[in-house]
Amino acid sequence: MYIAVKGGERAIEASRQLLAAARRGDTNVPALEAAQIEQQLGLLVSRAMAEASLYDPSLAALALRQACGDAIEAAFLLRAYRTTLPRFGYSEPIDTDRMRVVRRVSAIFKHLPGGQLLGPTFDYTQRLLEFGALAAATPGPAPHAAAAPEDVPNALTQLAREGLVEPCLRSVGDPQPPDITRDPPAYPLPRTGWLQMLARADEGWVLGLGYSTQRGYAHTHPFAADLRTGKVTVELVPDELDFPIEIGEIELTECQMINQFVGSADVAPVFTRGQGLVFGRGERKAIAMSLVDRALRGAEFGEGSASPAQQQEFALPQGDSVEASGFVQHLKLPHYVTFESELQLIRKLRKDVHARAVEAAREGESE
Amino acid sequence: MTAIAEGYNFAYLDERTKKMIRRALLKAVAIPGHQVPFGSREMPLAYGWGTGGIQVTAAVIGRDDVLKVIDQGSDDTTNAVNIRQFFTRTTGVRTTTRTREATLIQTRHRIPETPLAPGQVLVYQVPQPEPLYKLEPRRAETTKLHGAAEYGLMNVKLYEDLAQWGHIDESYEYPVKVDGRYVMSPSPIPAFDNPKMHRMPALQLFGAGREKRLYAIPPYTDVQSLDFEDHPFRIEPHGHACERCGDTASFLDEVADADGRVHWTCSDTDWCADRVDQGHQGHAHG
Repeated sequence: MYIAVKGGERAIEASRQLLAAARRGDTNVPALEAAQIEQQLGLLVSRAMAEASLYDPSLAALALRQACGDAIEAAFLLRAYRTTLPRFGYSEPIDTDRMRVVRRVSAIFKHLPGGQLLGPTFDYTQRLLEFGALAAATPGPAPHAAAAPEDVPNALTQLAREGLVEPCLRSVGDPQPPDITRDPPAYPLPRTGWLQMLARADEGWVLGLGYSTQRGYAHTHPFAADLRTGKVTVELVPDELDFPIEIGEIELTECQMINQFVGSADVAPVFTRGQGLVFGRGERKAIAMSLVDRALRGAEFGEGSASPAQQQEFALPQGDSVEASGFVQHLKLPHYVTFESELQLIRKLRKDVHARAVEAAREGESE
Repeated sequence: MTAIAEGYNFAYLDERTKKMIRRALLKAVAIPGHQVPFGSREMPLAYGWGTGGIQVTAAVIGRDDVLKVIDQGSDDTTNAVNIRQFFTRTTGVRTTTRTREATLIQTRHRIPETPLAPGQVLVYQVPQPEPLYKLEPRRAETTKLHGAAEYGLMNVKLYEDLAQWGHIDESYEYPVKVDGRYVMSPSPIPAFDNPKMHRMPALQLFGAGREKRLYAIPPYTDVQSLDFEDHPFRIEPHGHACERCGDTASFLDEVADADGRVHWTCSDTDWCADRVDQGHQGHAHG
């Protein structure tokens, strides 16, 4: 009889080598450079950065290559790196009204200050596979890029001025937001906490939750008021100075959703808002996030909490792709000790049932 | 000592993070069985694979420690190997498979059969620290239940098990009460191991990374598996003997071979090897 008790170490080493080979694929095909991923798979880079909550396109490209293109694995690699970085300060709040937009659309007005700007979008591509591109990639003429307009005011600005939309106000007491990467969550979280969690939540999860609010689970009557993508300046006030300095710029996508009004016979009704904000170009996620943000405000507006999208403890912790991916996949780790315990129990229970059946039969015979 | 991975602090985490974790651990030791929230960090190993235990080990390990890592009772399961390699790379401390030699033992799913001694530290990897989560998933609610020591839900659950099955339907992760106060999850160790926690001379630390909670049992603390006066908690031996060392009282793995025969061996490989060294033999050697 032979039962293996050794070999784990060698097996792991062999597995690492097999992974490296699988990642490279056919060596007759040129190796992919991280710069190619950064430039040509930009939406994937955006998603990895968003779910990692680390803005660094070249590192995200590197992580994606190392992860064989798996976005969640790439986010995991980036987060494990992010956690080792020192924290030397907090930026000033960014101003998305001053975004240098490459795309900005509003669904609630035909014309509006700043204009409708389609920019690069899949929306009108008709989704026909370009078979010709398989053979040879012939670079087309570079499109003429219009200069990015500066300072496009938010589509809600005028409505807010009229008092029709709730103003963007700081929360009561303007509390310091929790840092979800440092502080364990204490539910219920303030809005500043859940927005952080949604911003780096799994895109598929947020999409599904947002969609659920459109199918009767916490309906919010949404209108996409202002959806924009572009670069914004990041500013920081260093300890040595008493004024902000620019430290760089990041690309963001923001969606401001306008929703059903609240009010009463005595309080004049106003439209309410939901917000979505993600790193890079992540329009689908930003729109879905704004729906979920608004649904999570249900308690604030007395709308109840019967639907999953309204329940923080359901909507938020389960959405973390790195946590969920790790825990779901830990099921492939050995569990044979706990399973053996279950085997012992089920055998015992079956024996008891069988013994009772035999006993009952015997009693039946003797009567 | 082997060279430590370049660019990383001793035991991977920076000193401020370790201090934060140690502070939480001190609180946990002061309130046995109480779950203490902590600022769990993203680790380079996946959630659910021991990130909590790894953070606890990283926070308490020193250069003179001798580390043992087990999974399912064995030092050579792949996850145990991986975590041991991680600490070898990031600390350079000496590792061992011998329970007696270790000052620090990180475990998943088992407590070593060799009784632990004063001064040793046992670190458990915990997937789900909340013993009530199957009965009440909202942590905002379970926190209140623990605060009020309101464990009626759990008692009813155990009673219903007895009514339906004649036994309590918890063969692992069997809930315990610590120091007569907090109901605590022992992590998914088999109920077979629960009695080892009671008045253990070693310090027991529990880390749940994904759930961001720590808890502890100080040495020599009372740990009672939940039960009823007329249905006392008890464990039963497997009814088999280890084929290597002949032990009938340790936790056994059940292994089927290609011919469909079932073999039984000790889950604790160090315990088994120790017994073989001492001259014990199972029937495989006879």
